[in-house]
Amino acid sequence: MIRTEKLTKTYNNFRAVDELDLKVEAGELFGFLGPNGAGKTTTIRMLTTLTRPTGGEAWINEFNVSTQKFRAKQAFGVVQQHVSLDRELTVWESMELHARLHHIARAERRRRISELLDYVDLAGHYRNIVDELSGGMKRRLMIARALLHRPRLLFLDEPTVGLDAQVRRRLWDLIRRMNLDGATVFLTTHYIEEAEALCGRVGIIHQGKLIALDRPQELRRKVGMVAVETVSDGKGSDYRYFADRETAGAYVRTLPREVRTLVMRDSNLEDVFIELTGRKVKE
Amino acid sequence: MATFFQDVYSVWWADLRLLRHLWLRFLITSLVSPLLYLAAFGYGLGRNIEVEGAPYLNFVIPGIIALTAMNTSFNYAGNKLNVDRLFYKSFDELLMAPITGLSLILGKSMIGILRGFVVALLFLLIGAVVTQAQAGPLFLFTLLLTCLTFSFLGIAAALMAKSHQDMATFSSLILLPMTFLGGTFFSVDQLPELMRLFVYIIPVTHASQCLRASFLGNPFPWLSLLVLGGYALVFFAACMQLLRRASV
Ligand SMILES: Nc1ncnc2c1ncn2[C@@H]1O[C@H](COP(=O)(O)OP(=O)(O)O)[C@@H](O)[C@H]1O
Ligand SMILES: [Mg+2]
Repeated sequence: MIRTEKLTKTYNNFRAVDELDLKVEAGELFGFLGPNGAGKTTTIRMLTTLTRPTGGEAWINEFNVSTQKFRAKQAFGVVQQHVSLDRELTVWESMELHARLHHIARAERRRRISELLDYVDLAGHYRNIVDELSGGMKRRLMIARALLHRPRLLFLDEPTVGLDAQVRRRLWDLIRRMNLDGATVFLTTHYIEEAEALCGRVGIIHQGKLIALDRPQELRRKVGMVAVETVSDGKGSDYRYFADRETAGAYVRTLPREVRTLVMRDSNLEDVFIELTGRKVKE
Repeated sequence: MATFFQDVYSVWWADLRLLRHLWLRFLITSLVSPLLYLAAFGYGLGRNIEVEGAPYLNFVIPGIIALTAMNTSFNYAGNKLNVDRLFYKSFDELLMAPITGLSLILGKSMIGILRGFVVALLFLLIGAVVTQAQAGPLFLFTLLLTCLTFSFLGIAAALMAKSHQDMATFSSLILLPMTFLGGTFFSVDQLPELMRLFVYIIPVTHASQCLRASFLGNPFPWLSLLVLGGYALVFFAACMQLLRRASV
């Protein structure tokens, strides 16, 4: 569904995306995890024809995003990181504009718009001006809009940033549902929990480079399923990883007295990131 | 082909929706400056003057129509696009839609053309009443071409701008001088040689010349119409080129 070969974007000698090789199969719920500035948005913008790659190539559904833009555009829907709605239109008009631009016939248009506004729980707001909607509602409207032309591939760029926990969970449910309904989903996030909760496979991007790519479980296994976090006087915190609780326990018993705090827990993608880069995702 | 027109209309449609509540306010606010020009220059300054053998009032009205069409078309094609592109990012959605660049540019120019044309027509109506002059098909055709030309210029400016300030700068440096120097308020023939040359370079001069000749019943300056059409093509080509570079 998505394929990239050495996909690169350089802004005056700065490599925002650096020789990205990636393959996402139809039906996947794929997560692109990385800290702010890692190159996630730039990647999505290249895949959605908004930004021209400076190197390498990319295909959406076998259509080259540089040379077969037109066909590629029909295959995907995208929810951008920033609200990209015309704020002076109503909810319904925003949907209708997208439907018109995608050549959906008039009768079909009405049906699909009502259906999708239902799907994202906005049916009661169809006459509201976009500007009056809350952040979560705008995000849901953008999702409904992205689904309108029935794309087989959906890009979601940090879909839950800035939303409160409850709204975030509802969006997660919606994203899972869309995936179950047959859409391939490519989502970016800098939230560890989000990638772990949603994604079948995760690519970790750091400073424009893909540094890991696998199922969350496998990524954790490579680092170690159990993490021991210690804080000692004058040395700051230290992370060690172990295959299981036994080996971790054996290590803990060897620890010296100066250790002030000790936590033993299941490892997560944050640990994978720390192991690979020496820093935390949110730093 | 049918899809092409459909796409142009779709792009236009969104801008049309915004007019729905605002049309009355739009008409009133857009008529303020031409009416002020009419009062200050037409009645205040030039009451007993004749220019090029016509009463100054009759002389100045087509000039005011030209500058009104120019400014209104430029602003309404350019300003919203500028905001949509840089601030709302909703222009990205148009770029990702499966439509051609040509339909995108034409669709975006339509609202400028419509607004410019309607305001200019309304002012023409006022002008026709106070001067008893008439405007024929050539007048209307020139007017339409003027609106088209400056809608394209507005779009090109909006695609070039890197900030909202850029748009204002463009207006002050390009549109404002054209408003006053484009043969709108005075006869170009009276100018010193060098300045006349400059005035003939700017596109709105040719719009004024054509509109005026047609309004006063003088021989029509076909060459000026051709030059205006040339500018429309140049600005259109600039839009297409800038659109190609719009993705960074
Ligand atoms: N238009 C641009 N010009 C220059 N640098 C840019 C541009 N867009 C993004 N960048 C830089 O590229 C890097 C990656 O940005 P981005 O893809 O937005 O990261 P992410 O979405 O992962 O937070 C950042 O360092 C950012 O500053
Ligand atoms: Mg981003």
